[in-house]
Amino acid sequence: MENTTSLFDIIGPIIIGPSSSHTAGACRIGMIARKIYGKTTLKKVKFVLYNSFSKTGKGHGTDKGLLGGVLGLKLSDKNIKYSFKIAQEQNIKVELEYCDDFNRHPNSVDIIFDDNKMKISANSTGGGEIEVVKINENPCRLKGDYPTLILNYKDKPGMVSLVTNLICKKNINIANMTCSRSSKGQIANMAISLDNNLDNSDIKTLENMEEIYFIRYIEALEK
Amino acid sequence: MSNIKTFYDLINFANSQNKKIFEICQENEAYEMETSIENIRNKVFDNINVMKSAINEGIKTNEKSLSELSGTDCYKMQANISKASLLFSNVMNKAIVYALACCEQNATMGKIVACPTAGACGIIPGAIISISEELKIDKEIQINALITAGEIGRIIACKMALAGACMGCQGECGVASGMASGAIVEMLGGSNEQIINACALTLKNIMGLTCDPVAGLVEVPCVKRNAFLTIHSFTGANLAMANIKSFIPLDEIIDAMKEVGNLMSVTLKESSQGGLSTTKTALAKQAQLEKIWKNN
Ligand code: SF4
Repeated sequence: MENTTSLFDIIGPIIIGPSSSHTAGACRIGMIARKIYGKTTLKKVKFVLYNSFSKTGKGHGTDKGLLGGVLGLKLSDKNIKYSFKIAQEQNIKVELEYCDDFNRHPNSVDIIFDDNKMKISANSTGGGEIEVVKINENPCRLKGDYPTLILNYKDKPGMVSLVTNLICKKNINIANMTCSRSSKGQIANMAISLDNNLDNSDIKTLENMEEIYFIRYIEALEK
Repeated sequence: MSNIKTFYDLINFANSQNKKIFEICQENEAYEMETSIENIRNKVFDNINVMKSAINEGIKTNEKSLSELSGTDCYKMQANISKASLLFSNVMNKAIVYALACCEQNATMGKIVACPTAGACGIIPGAIISISEELKIDKEIQINALITAGEIGRIIACKMALAGACMGCQGECGVASGMASGAIVEMLGGSNEQIINACALTLKNIMGLTCDPVAGLVEVPCVKRNAFLTIHSFTGANLAMANIKSFIPLDEIIDAMKEVGNLMSVTLKESSQGGLSTTKTALAKQAQLEKIWKNN
C-alpha cells in the first residue's frame, strides 16, 4: 500500500472479511481463474492450498473466498460465506487439498478445473492484490488490474509483432507483457496487459488466425 | 493524486486556502478521478452505510467465528449497556459496542469496510457512528469526518505500508486510531491544527504495537483491540480539543513509527511466531484448530 494515491484505498475496499489477503485476495484469484478457464459450465474444481493459505485458510474462509470467486460472486457479496452450498446447488464438485511447499509464495494456490482441463497457480500478495504465476505450468504474471490478453500460439518468428501490431493500430498502450514457450517451434504463450479495453472484433480477428490455438481476453478485475 | 505527502504541507496548503482538510482532500480526489466532488462524497457515504449495516448486523447476531475465537462479545457488551452498570458515558460504551460489532462481522465473514484494513475495520466506524448518533451529527458532517480520516491515512500511507506484516499493528489499528481521532475533532468542529494534533497525540501512544494474532487469525487480539483503540482515539481528540499540543510534530512521529516498525522483529509482524501467538494457550488453541481442520 506504499505511496497510496486514492482516498478509497484507505476508506475501503468494501469486502467480505476477515482478511484482505486470505479472503478478498482469494476471491479475486477465483474470479480471474474462472475467467481464464472461460467455460460457462463447470463440473468440478479442485483447490490445492499452500503454506499460510493451507495453515490458516480454514479460519480465514480462504476456501469459501476462492470458490466464491470461481462461482462469479463479487468481493462484497455476503453469499461468499455460503459458496459451498451454492456450488452444491449448481452440481459443481469441489475438492480441497492442503500442502506445504516453501518454494512457493506463503499465500499460494493451484486451481484445477474439470480434472486437469486447466490448472492455474496464483498467489495472494497482500491487501487484496493477486498474481497468477502459471497457466497450465506455463509461467506468466497476471495481476488482474488491467484488461489482459492471453494467447497460446505456434512458436515461430513474427507472432509477437503480429499481435502487438494489432494492439498498436488501436492506439492502445501495453502495460506489461510476458512470453514463454515449452520448447523451440512448439507452443508458446503470451500474456499482455493493456491500458484500455480491446473490442470484440479485434479478438475475433486473433481467434481466426490459424496458428493461435487458444485466446482469452479478460477485463480488469473488480477491486 | 495530490502531491501533498506530508502533514506539514497539508496544513500549510489548507490554511493558505482557508479550507478544512476534508475540502482539500475531496477536491484533489475529484480532480484525480475525473469526477465531481459530489460523486466523491456520495461514494464516501456509501462506505458509511456499509459501516452502519455492519454495526447493525454485528449487534443482532451472536454467531461464533469459524475458529470460535470470537463473535459473541458485542452481544454481551450491548446487553450490559442497558443495565447501566458500566463506566463511561453512553457515547463511549456505544463506541465499544460498534467497534466490536464491525470486527465480529469481519471475523464471521460479514461485509465490512476495510478502513484502513480489515483487521482494523471497527475503530473508525466505532468512533464516527457512535458520536454522530449521540450528538445528532448530520450526514454531511459524517462525510467530512470520514474524508478527514481518509486523508490522514493517505498521507501516512505515503510513508509506510499499512499492514501488520510490515509495520506491526501500530500500522493497522494504531493508524486507524489516529485517523479516528482526527475524524472526531472534525465532528466536534475543531481546527486543522487540532485535527493534526489529535492524530499526533494518539499515534505517539500506540508506537510499537505488535501484530501477533493467535493461530494467524484476525481475531485475538484484533477484535477487542479495536474497542480499546476506539476509546484511545477519544482521548487524543479530547486533548486536542482542549488545545493540548503534541511536542513532536506528526510528520516526525510517522518517521519514528516507521523506524520502530522496521526494528521490530519479524516474529511480531503477523507471522504468528512470537508474542501472544506463541503463549501456551495460543499454541494449544492453534494445535486444536489444526487437528480439526485437517480432518475435514
Ligand atoms: S494484530 Fe495484526 S492481524 Fe490483528 S488487527 Fe493488528 S495488525 Fe491486524
